[in-house]
Amino acid sequence: MIAVLDYGIGNLRSAEKALQRVGADARLIDDPTAAAGADGIVLPGVGAFGRCAEALRATGLDDVATDAVARGIPFLGICIGFQLLYEGSEENPSAEGLGVLPGVVRRLPTGVKHPQMQWNTLDIAGSDLLAGVPDPAWVYFVHSYAPEQTVDTTSTCDYGGPVVATAERGPVWGTQFHPEKSGAVGLGILANFVAAVDRAA
Amino acid sequence: MRTVRVIPCLDVDDGRVVKGIRFTDLFDAGDPVELAARYDAQGADELVFLDITASSDHRGTMVEVVARTAEQVFIPFTVGGGVRTVDDARRLLRAGADKVGVNSAAVDRPALVTELADEFGSQCVVVAIDARRRPGTADLAWEVYTHGGRTATDLDALAWAERCSDLGAGELLVTSMDRDGTRDGFDLELTRRIAIRCPVPLVASGGVGELDHLVEGAVEGAADAVLAASIFHLGEFTIAEAKAHLAAAGVAVRPA
Repeated sequence: MIAVLDYGIGNLRSAEKALQRVGADARLIDDPTAAAGADGIVLPGVGAFGRCAEALRATGLDDVATDAVARGIPFLGICIGFQLLYEGSEENPSAEGLGVLPGVVRRLPTGVKHPQMQWNTLDIAGSDLLAGVPDPAWVYFVHSYAPEQTVDTTSTCDYGGPVVATAERGPVWGTQFHPEKSGAVGLGILANFVAAVDRAA
Repeated sequence: MRTVRVIPCLDVDDGRVVKGIRFTDLFDAGDPVELAARYDAQGADELVFLDITASSDHRGTMVEVVARTAEQVFIPFTVGGGVRTVDDARRLLRAGADKVGVNSAAVDRPALVTELADEFGSQCVVVAIDARRRPGTADLAWEVYTHGGRTATDLDALAWAERCSDLGAGELLVTSMDRDGTRDGFDLELTRRIAIRCPVPLVASGGVGELDHLVEGAVEGAADAVLAASIFHLGEFTIAEAKAHLAAAGVAVRPA
C-alpha cells in the first residue's frame, strides 16, 4: 500500500487518482496510525511552504514522513511536498522543513513570470525516477520557488536559468513538477516510483 | 523557456457542455466527461471547466460532474463558476480540480482572492475577468462584467486585473465579451495591455475561429495560454493541429 499523506491542503485527490491509474494500491491517509505498514509514501502538496509545513506538523504526518525516510521506505515528494524535504524556504524563512535533504528552497530567477505555470522540458543528469521517459520529456510546473541545486539534483528545467526539477537521495525522490498532471509522461514517472515500491516491499 | 499552453474550455450548463455567442444563444456541444477524456488524449495542456449558470440549487450536481470529469484528466484542471467561499473552493479541489476560478464573488468581495491564495496558494487561484469595450472613449478602455456577463460593474478591466494580481491571483483568465463566440479572434489590445501590466500568467479567451487567432493571442496578445471552445468542440480542429500551427509560427508549445 502507498500512503498519500493527506494533511488537508490542495489537490491531493489528483495524486491518489494518478497512482491508482498506474496500478498502485494508493490511499489518502490523514491518520498517522493508518500509515503504519505502508510500503511507500507520497507527500504531495500545493500552496505556501509555511502553511504546508504547519499543516503537516499539526496532523502528526511529519513524523510519518521522517520515520519512513529513516527506515528507507521509498518516498516521493511532489511540488511543495518535495520542497518540504529541504531545510527551509525563502518563501517563509521562519518555517522549518523536514531537513531530510540538505539545502534550502529559493525564489525562481528574476526576469520571468512568477509562478512558472506551464509545461517545460527536463535536462536529465541520470535519474532512476525518470528512467525511460521520452526525450524531450515534457512535464507540468506550477511554482514560484524551487530547491537550490545540490548533489542530490537529478534534473533541471530552463526557466530564466536552470531550475531544479527532480532530486534523489537513496529511496527519497522528489519532483518540483506535477507528475500526476503531466499526462502520459507523468504517469510513466509515477509507474517508476510504484515499481520501486514493489521491489522494496 | 517560455511555452504557451493550449486550453479547451468546457462551458457547462446543467451537466452539458454548451457554447454561445457573446454569452447568449447557447447550443449543446456534448458531454463534459467525454470531451475531457478526448482532449486529454489529444494532448491538451490544460482543461478549463466553467459552470456558467452556477447557482446554489445545482451545486451538488456540479461537484459530482466535476468529480466524474476529473477522473478522466491527467493534465491541469481548472474549475470555476459560483465559487464564493474558501469552502466552495475546497469542495472543488477535493472533487479533483487543481485550480479554482473566481469571477463575480471576487468583484463583490476582493478579499476572497487573498483568502483563497492564503489557504491554497496563489497557483490555485485563477481570477476570471469578463471585459467589454467602453464605447465612445478617446483611448481604449474596457469595463468588467459579472454574473455571466449580465451585470456591469463600472470597474476598469486593466486596473482590476492589476489589483487581482496584487491580491494574490496566480493567473488571470481574460475573456473579451465583444469577441466571445464571434470567431473574429481575440481582443488583442485587451490581452496585451493586461499581460504587460500584470506579473502573473494570462489566459486569453473569447473569439477564436481559426488557428491563426491562437498565434495572434500568443504573439501580439502576449498571452501565456490560449483558450478556445467551439473550434475544438465542433471538431473543426484537433489540439494537435492547433499546436502544429503554433509551432510552425515559432511559438514554443508542448507537442501533442
